[in-house]
Amino acid sequence: MNIQGRPTSSVSVDMNPHQTFNGNRALQLEEPLIFETGRLDVTGVDIEAPATVVSRLGAFERKGSLGLPGLTEPEAMRHYVRLSQKNYSIDAGLYPLGSCTMKHNPRFNEAMARLPGFSDVHPLQPQSTVQGAIALIAQLSDWLLELTGMQAAAMSPKAGAHGEMCGMMAIRAALEARGEAASRKVVLVPDSAHGTNPATAAAIGFSVRAVPARSDGTVSVEAVKEALGPDVAAIMLTNPNTCGLFEPQIVEIAAAVHEAGAYFYCDGANFNAIVGKVRPGDLGVDAMHINLHKTFSTPHGGGGPGSGPVVLSERLAPFAPLPFVLKKDDGALALVEHDSEAEGAQPFGRMSAFHGQMGMFVRAYAYMLSHGGDGLKQASEDAVLNANYVRVGLRDLMSQPFGDKPCMHEALFDDEWLKGTGVTTLDFAKAMIDEGYHPMTMYFPLVVHGAMLIEPTESESRAALDLFIATLRDLAMAAKAGKVDRFTGAPFHAPRSRLDETRAARAPVLRWSAPEPVARG
Amino acid sequence: MRYHPLTGADRADMIARVGVSDIDALFADVPQDKLLRAPLALPDGVSELQAGRILGRLAARNLTASQAPFFLGAGAYKHHVPASVDHLIQRSEFLTSYTPYQPEISQGTLQYLFEFQTQVAALTGMDVANASMYDGSTATAEAVLMAHRVTRRRKAVISGGLHPHYADVVRTMSHMAHDAVDDLPADVEAREDIISRIDGETSCVIVQSPDVFGNLRDLRPIAEACHANGALLIAVFTEAVSLGLVTPPGEMGADIVVGEGQSIGNGLNFGGPYVGLFATRQKYLRQMPGRLCGETVDGEGRRGFVLTLSTREQHIRREKATSNICTNSGLCALAFSIHMTLLGERGLRRLAEVNHANAALLAERLSRIANVAVLNETFFNEFTIRVKGDAVKIVEELAKRGVLAGVPVARLTPGTELDDLILIASTEINTDEDREALARGLDAFINGAQ
Repeated sequence: MNIQGRPTSSVSVDMNPHQTFNGNRALQLEEPLIFETGRLDVTGVDIEAPATVVSRLGAFERKGSLGLPGLTEPEAMRHYVRLSQKNYSIDAGLYPLGSCTMKHNPRFNEAMARLPGFSDVHPLQPQSTVQGAIALIAQLSDWLLELTGMQAAAMSPKAGAHGEMCGMMAIRAALEARGEAASRKVVLVPDSAHGTNPATAAAIGFSVRAVPARSDGTVSVEAVKEALGPDVAAIMLTNPNTCGLFEPQIVEIAAAVHEAGAYFYCDGANFNAIVGKVRPGDLGVDAMHINLHKTFSTPHGGGGPGSGPVVLSERLAPFAPLPFVLKKDDGALALVEHDSEAEGAQPFGRMSAFHGQMGMFVRAYAYMLSHGGDGLKQASEDAVLNANYVRVGLRDLMSQPFGDKPCMHEALFDDEWLKGTGVTTLDFAKAMIDEGYHPMTMYFPLVVHGAMLIEPTESESRAALDLFIATLRDLAMAAKAGKVDRFTGAPFHAPRSRLDETRAARAPVLRWSAPEPVARG
Repeated sequence: MRYHPLTGADRADMIARVGVSDIDALFADVPQDKLLRAPLALPDGVSELQAGRILGRLAARNLTASQAPFFLGAGAYKHHVPASVDHLIQRSEFLTSYTPYQPEISQGTLQYLFEFQTQVAALTGMDVANASMYDGSTATAEAVLMAHRVTRRRKAVISGGLHPHYADVVRTMSHMAHDAVDDLPADVEAREDIISRIDGETSCVIVQSPDVFGNLRDLRPIAEACHANGALLIAVFTEAVSLGLVTPPGEMGADIVVGEGQSIGNGLNFGGPYVGLFATRQKYLRQMPGRLCGETVDGEGRRGFVLTLSTREQHIRREKATSNICTNSGLCALAFSIHMTLLGERGLRRLAEVNHANAALLAERLSRIANVAVLNETFFNEFTIRVKGDAVKIVEELAKRGVLAGVPVARLTPGTELDDLILIASTEINTDEDREALARGLDAFINGAQ
């Protein structure tokens, strides 16, 4: 999670007195676009000549050029290796993006996902030829249900936001079955929610009613009761919430929601704090998505692919979408892909073309197998301990918006402590880049001014945390001492200095196009 | 546990430093009667060696596409992907980075997204493309929502040639959003009159080409009819390699082009992860869903890239966003882009020609079998056959004999009396022996031939 799009001005700074001839700076290598180095008549893939046949393309053969250049393999390797060297990564360093759970991604999981038995099978093969793949989905689903205390899992959603959509569709379907879909059109969403929550609700025709947070960063049962009514379909609540706090009144909130005839959707983005500690099903949750790419360590890949299975309570289980796994009497596993095979269930429809993110399922399964029940619980405890360790290490210098109290797996600070320094949250974040860290989530949650949300995860050693804390302390003291030059215009050591986002949005250039030929004089 | 750096001593020290009595004190806000005391009903953790054995056994229970003559398509295709693609996408800096929120240290991801957007726009013949969607089916549903925003109408007309699962996804979304859908019956031989279904309430028409039965469709008259009625044409493809050889949908008047990018750079993976492609006209840019990467400059005037136009997106606009999409298919888009870069337009055309030739050879061979008919007039690398008998049973039986024959249409749309149809795809992976194995298998099962 993060906020982009705010105006940022690019500051012209002469930070490199030692200019090089070609713009490279030792290991920081400038790399043109493939369209500037590739050639239309070059290919990096040798392909045998096609057999001679009578064309069956009819009148649809392409005549013109696509304008897509190729690179030979050595050129392509160099291009992408150079690009990769301009990226920060969890393998390279601490990546404390709050609400994103950037934990270690075991390479074993990558190897398992690439076993041909998983990577080289087609989603529509006869089911008798893919029983191992279906068994893995069924087992993963069972484990997710055990961890969450829920009744059924919808495995096909492809990311967290897609899972939210799935959960809200199940709620809509349940309301339809009750004959109340037309009268219950409002979804309650706290101010502190991820932007995906209101966007999801609105996309399927719900209107959003905001629920204010208390001054301690949590939602009160009174505020929920105030907002509840016969027009309310559901509440979408994140727990632990985006302020890094477990909602203390969650059981009472769930009871109030149910009493009012509505459903409780829980945003599970922060599940990493509580795995093995408390089960959402025991708290009264009706639907929750699980980001396998957060809690269960499937790599985020620079923006996906993710995977967002949804677990459902008994009340919503009958409405789980197609496809789902059914155990037959003879022990064989069947993927139910159509209403006609659903055996009494009332699936609300279909979320995507096939069965979900199998590659992610294998990785998450490998992760859970490796951890075991105890290991998963330990991961959550360590994640929470690490976050509190960072919080305590910084609390005398940085301000906590809701007072000095324990957090869950992420520590939240605001910018109160930066007042009068001339340094903003953005500046502070960019200065972290120069120190070799990816910044924390900034300006989110929106309910906190200049928010800085730090999630170290369980993957960090104590020594790594100590150095991180010491670095942030040094930066904080520099800001307070008025050393603004360290912040304004930062980063100074990254492959690029601060980028002009305003310019990018004002006249968008979203693809390469050939430069206009220059007229000769 | 090999992934947890904290030692018992670390934990004890850190708990003391934090100033609490024990770890559960940090969970004080959890209702204490809900705190789990009993262990989870999950197996104990195991070593990498042991976990590998368990997963290896599961994997071994699946028949892979490389173990049998393989002819499945219907939205997912087996192609050869150069080894360098997988090597590159597993580089730590690509694999283990987040969405590029901090552009100064994410130029690698941002530049490849910019290149990806350019490639997708060029392939589809459109002005602009986004940084990817989950897959082709969800991209199609998003395209319908976008058309509704652009036209301020709420009825989609769905061709009977659209992949039935894609149509299901659109129907589900439309039902939930209270939008109307006019879907035509399955159209095996591309004979439907979709133009007559367009009226003043139509927001968009969704047409797939090559369609799910393999037919190539002329989008031009449909585009004209759409535009004459103020509607948009959404063109869909599920086999991106086809664009190496067929006229791009953008050239035929499509307003939004969406498709599945799996077949370039990405494996079958039992259905996911894949990569949805999404392209449109410049004038509709601000109604587009998804992430967009744009060019800009840094403080020293050097070219750089950032995520842009985020005022369309959920984290800024919340309930007024164009889509709720957040995480998409970054790494699959990278695999697509690397493979596309290696191919270039020259390699892509050659690859497409081999696919087409292999499919043509196969169609010719199969059409010589009694009680088997190839139904297509046109196709790229996939076509439909009509067989005597139950297609599901035939495909199941051939699988037992070690041939993965194709996708029975009834697998996609049961109960539509299309029980005797099989979709057959052939790519560059197929050999003469493969073709012969399929032909003999079909002949043996249908006609009892030896």
